[in-house]
Amino acid sequence: MTMTKPRIALLVLLGLLAPLVIYPVFLMKVLCFALFACAFNLLLGFTGLLSFGHAAFLGTGGYVTGYLMINTGITPELGILCGTLAAGVVGAVYGKLAVKREGIYFAMVTLALAQLLFFVYLQAPFTGGEDGLQGVPRGFLFGLIDLTNNTYLYYVVYAIFLFGFWLVFRTVHSPFGQILKAIRENEPRAISLGYNVTQYKWVAFVISAALAGLAGSTKTLVFQLASLNDVHWHLSGEVVLMTLLGGMGTIAGPLVGAGVVVTIQNYLSGGELGNYVSIIMGVIFIICVLLFRNGIVGELQRLIKRNFG
Amino acid sequence: MATFLGINLFGLFGQLLVGLINGSFYALLSLGLAIIFGLLKIINFAQGAMYMLGAFAAWMALNYFGINYWAALILVPLVVGFAGVLVERFLLRPIAGEDHLYSLLLTFGIALVLQGLFTQIYGASGQPYSIPDALKGGTKLPFMYLPDYRAWIIVASVVVCSLTWYMIEKTRLGAYLRAGTENPAMLQAFGINVPLIVTLTFGFGVGLAGFAGVMAAPVYSVSPDMGSNMLIVVFAIVVIGGMGSIGGAILTGLGMGIIEGLTKYFYPEASTTVIFAVMVIVLLLKPAGLFGKEA
Repeated sequence: MTMTKPRIALLVLLGLLAPLVIYPVFLMKVLCFALFACAFNLLLGFTGLLSFGHAAFLGTGGYVTGYLMINTGITPELGILCGTLAAGVVGAVYGKLAVKREGIYFAMVTLALAQLLFFVYLQAPFTGGEDGLQGVPRGFLFGLIDLTNNTYLYYVVYAIFLFGFWLVFRTVHSPFGQILKAIRENEPRAISLGYNVTQYKWVAFVISAALAGLAGSTKTLVFQLASLNDVHWHLSGEVVLMTLLGGMGTIAGPLVGAGVVVTIQNYLSGGELGNYVSIIMGVIFIICVLLFRNGIVGELQRLIKRNFG
Repeated sequence: MATFLGINLFGLFGQLLVGLINGSFYALLSLGLAIIFGLLKIINFAQGAMYMLGAFAAWMALNYFGINYWAALILVPLVVGFAGVLVERFLLRPIAGEDHLYSLLLTFGIALVLQGLFTQIYGASGQPYSIPDALKGGTKLPFMYLPDYRAWIIVASVVVCSLTWYMIEKTRLGAYLRAGTENPAMLQAFGINVPLIVTLTFGFGVGLAGFAGVMAAPVYSVSPDMGSNMLIVVFAIVVIGGMGSIGGAILTGLGMGIIEGLTKYFYPEASTTVIFAVMVIVLLLKPAGLFGKEA
């Protein structure tokens, strides 16, 4: 199921029409997490680096945007831009540290660094501690369009998502992306071919972090809230699950995975089944790893290739 | 009030003690991780959940079956270790040849399930577990009051860690283990049942976490998230120490506990972050870790 032009056009059209049928806030949540998962997939699926601390970047984007929107009254597009940049800066620093180690050490380093930031945000004066930043104003886009209207906001979020999605797509299909894949497949070989592997990994990390920050900034605008949940390791685990379930290393996988996970959460969180979320996530993890390693999109691609290819 | 150079000695030694106790748990958990890593080359993300399981097993043994602390100290590590054996045999072995990231994700899934299950049954708040009668007292030292149970934790943890170290470095069984770390195929060729050793090693490493859990039950409240909070710190410690050596894992665990205790006294605001900050410094100066062997 390659991304041909008519198919892309059809998907974009579906996204444009979706809010007519589905509640826009739910759609926006899916889109934010889908963008988050796409950013994460650039690292895990296309570079082979498992970051277990990606919530740090989502949360940083959210906090910075939330703080600026509340305290300075800047317009939302600037707020999102600042949040994204801040996440990129944190990503640049964390990336420099994390790419020094490989494999499972990389996962542990990113997890520990994210936890460091969690405690910093817990104590810092500008994050509102346990309460988080509540009542973040959505503001007027370019000072003109009132984003308190969910339908308007949906199209803004959709545009942001498409931009992020396109950026990941372009990155993966660029010469740079080919080198990332080479690193994933055979790192010593990439080194022997003369590529500065550490540098490539770092750049991929920064792009991924900034995009995760973009997702976090947008999410803060949608829910008018930035809280410690956004930097918690639980969220870092969730994005791994979305990517794994959807299909890592596929372009559409993170979108599908985010849709499924957010739907499950929304369905369960209302009632007394809330605690089952963690159990169900865990079970999905185990099932994915044991039986379903290519994820939904990956398995579909394989099926289509086998039967029609 | 005893003071020295303006330092409140009671406070300082008190925090040092707390640090040593935390360090004892760090040492036990990172030792378990290092042993498992040595042979299986995987990081057990469920190690924290197994520690939590140990504490809950001790609590359940006492409240449902009337099994006291001392019996639990022997039984629970065996039960938790057996759970580890099942996990290795039925979940980890089928994916043994795959990328190590998958085993990491699998154990993360197990941790989520266990934590969710206990939250569902017992709620997020902690359950109390009282200190065994024999250790309820304390000793008054010239500079501080030392509760017996706290002294016991430190002694027991150091003894268990030392015994484990001795077993791995000095005995025949340990030699098999080290040989398996170096070259499992060669060991198999010598007629040693390597898959069995792998399973038992995983069980032993997890059993250590269960043991730590029982020890922790009377000092920390027994709660579903006690393991995950602990585990992330232990990961940082593992990165600091590197997993090349068993002794290194023990020393780093204890040392980081002490550093954390000192920070709690001198600059309490940083006490939750200091170990992560040390990790950053070590990554900058010696990326392979203090005792690390790989490049």
